[in-house]
Amino acid sequence: MTGSGLLQIGLYLVALLALAKPMGWYMAKIYEGNLPVFVRWLSPVENFLYRIYGVRKEDEMSWTRYALAMLWFSLLGVLAVYALQRLQGFLPLNPQKFGAISPDSSFNTAISFMTNTNWQGYSGESTMSYLTQMAGLAVQNFFSPAIGLAVVIALIRGFARHTVETIGNFWVDVTRSILYILLPLSVVFALALVSQGSIQNFSPYKIVTTVEALTYDNPKVDAAGNPVKDASGNPVTEKATTREQSLPMGPVASQEAIKQIGTNGGGFFNANSSHPYENPTPLSNFLQMLMMILIPAALCYTFGKMVGDTRQGWAILAAMVLIFVGFLAVAEYAEQAGNPAFTALGVDQAASATQSGGNMEGKETRFGIANSALFATLTTSASCGAVNAMHDSFTPLGGLVPLALISLGEVVFGGVGSGLYGMLIYAVIAVFIAGLMIGRTPEYLGKKIEAFDVKMASLVILIPPMIILGGTALAVMMDAGKVAVANPGAHGFSEILYAFTSAVGNNGSAFAGISANTTFYNTALGFAMFFGRLWLMIPVLALAGSMAAKKRIPPGVGTLSTHTPLFVWLLIATVILVGALTFVPALGLGPIAEHLSMAHEEKLQ
Amino acid sequence: MLKELKPAVLSFLGLTLITGIVYPLLVTGISQATMPGQANGSLIVKDGKPVGSELIGQNFSDPKYFWGRPSATGPMPYNAAASGGSNQGPTNPALIDAVKSRVKALKDADPGNTAPVPVDLVTATASGLDPEISPAAAAYQIGRVAHARNLDVSKVKQLVEEHTRGRQFGILGEPGVNVLELNLKLDTLR
Repeated sequence: MTGSGLLQIGLYLVALLALAKPMGWYMAKIYEGNLPVFVRWLSPVENFLYRIYGVRKEDEMSWTRYALAMLWFSLLGVLAVYALQRLQGFLPLNPQKFGAISPDSSFNTAISFMTNTNWQGYSGESTMSYLTQMAGLAVQNFFSPAIGLAVVIALIRGFARHTVETIGNFWVDVTRSILYILLPLSVVFALALVSQGSIQNFSPYKIVTTVEALTYDNPKVDAAGNPVKDASGNPVTEKATTREQSLPMGPVASQEAIKQIGTNGGGFFNANSSHPYENPTPLSNFLQMLMMILIPAALCYTFGKMVGDTRQGWAILAAMVLIFVGFLAVAEYAEQAGNPAFTALGVDQAASATQSGGNMEGKETRFGIANSALFATLTTSASCGAVNAMHDSFTPLGGLVPLALISLGEVVFGGVGSGLYGMLIYAVIAVFIAGLMIGRTPEYLGKKIEAFDVKMASLVILIPPMIILGGTALAVMMDAGKVAVANPGAHGFSEILYAFTSAVGNNGSAFAGISANTTFYNTALGFAMFFGRLWLMIPVLALAGSMAAKKRIPPGVGTLSTHTPLFVWLLIATVILVGALTFVPALGLGPIAEHLSMAHEEKLQ
Repeated sequence: MLKELKPAVLSFLGLTLITGIVYPLLVTGISQATMPGQANGSLIVKDGKPVGSELIGQNFSDPKYFWGRPSATGPMPYNAAASGGSNQGPTNPALIDAVKSRVKALKDADPGNTAPVPVDLVTATASGLDPEISPAAAAYQIGRVAHARNLDVSKVKQLVEEHTRGRQFGILGEPGVNVLELNLKLDTLR
């Protein structure tokens, strides 16, 4: 770890923690309906929208009605994104004349964006029209974090209220999330990105004349446009020479902004945040990282504020930061150490004033090691999944970090809304375990944790590993699962494990060598994303309803305080132990096996 | 069951209009009015014709030019219409072979150079479009470029220094040298 890298990481954490409180305060105000003066001018728009919907904002919902509204809203998102992809050939804003996307890929992408996953089987610049990007995908980039926010606010209300049947109004929570939080931040951030060089236009792709002519092997296609293959199945190529480069265009910055703010992660281009038109400079990169974690971190303060004890929120945030720093250290160390196989070839991987050194395969010069490892750790702490470096090319331990963080359930900051509700579920489990140890009925925030609550929390903890490990097992047994793998050996297994982990965790990053745009993966991962999102939200809302209905009991002598360092450690231990017990065997077959074999090769040299 | 369908449809349409149409058009309008250079791709124009973008790398293989980072885009390197990395894992033999042949190509073009090769010069970029190399990677190539162009080493060195970008605000990111801009400048020297 270089001094400059440490300085940049320190600067990042200071900026994040400094912004968490004001942002958290602001969000608490918004959801409590006390609009701060500087956004009151937007309230006529809000009220006008409710008139259109035919909704009264005082109309409170039970948890079942809230869940139903959430499901309808999500279903419409799937239908709209699916339809836009299938029909884009007939619709405007398609200067590159892209045709319809295949049904299985459209299904996968529709689920992917509705669930805040943004797993991308397609390459944006060669498949999606500008209309599909901005009115389909980017709209879901607003809606899915808004839904996440609504659900976590409902859960917070469950803890904050007592002896009531209702947890808020879904339409009001979603509308306020978009209008007062996501949209204003996006406008400002999008313009900041443009100032750094991110593009924002509706032009067709620009053809430029390159300095040097380039000769390459061009795959031959037959009259129908299909690649020609020789007798052994390899594509036939012919020499071609070009002095043209086609620069992709489009409304990138506006989509990039909400992609980060909403922890969505779906890039306009295939290369995501490593693409110079998405993330042009170190400053744009710093802001992307900040925006990605701002709302998830700030929600901890919002939580404390709304339950009437900000220490509760700080305790949760402290647990998140501590777990994060531990994982970050591993990723930074492993990537800076580089690839021992390169050293043997006479390659200089040492950090110096003139190069960042380390494992630079799949990384960009302007970000170097420090910012690539930091981004990778952040994007998998959150359920973002944007990447500014290719995780597939990380060292085995460097790649283990993102995989392990998603496996923990993305509760370290986590996705917008989904991170905090995941962590609160772990808090419920932590007080339950502590209660078992001292033989008392567990309580959290003055609410007794009873059988129904523990069942709901257990569902949230158990469903993801069931789908991840089950799906991975299925894929490695099937030819359709194995043929998609790009790298040999243990790394190939990691690619499959990462795909299912990322889908269920609604992360969306990938060990991207895997060719997942196939009927098998589009379908399997589509369902994995769907259940990984909705099967968790429903028990969370059920827990919210159950909590809201309970009496508040005053703390007694046997009550475990949930704002102390002791509880922070208990929470960390619960997260790590549950995660480790579930996933260590699978991690052993993938990244850990690869690390040991790399270390062994190094010894032989 | 159906009671929530009506607000669902209407809110979906209303909020789609705001976030999917008004928002991107607003950002486009402001960007095009105030920052047209950046919003349209930071193009480099020479003699009235666009020859590239400051932000998008190009392929160079002639010894008289500085070479950029290896690019794994298909079917040709630096294909800006198909961004992406190699996604080769750290223990993949194909990656080790690729690095080996890149080291060899650099040594073959500059047989006298015995310095170790900076890692970014032989590893593929994440986007396949990285416009920059590290200052170390530029320094490694100064001798070759100067020799191929019959220029003083000190003259080329000075040019590289002029095109070296430090950390942003002295803190953020890593220093780099923009390969396309440097090569365009080299071509203007006679």
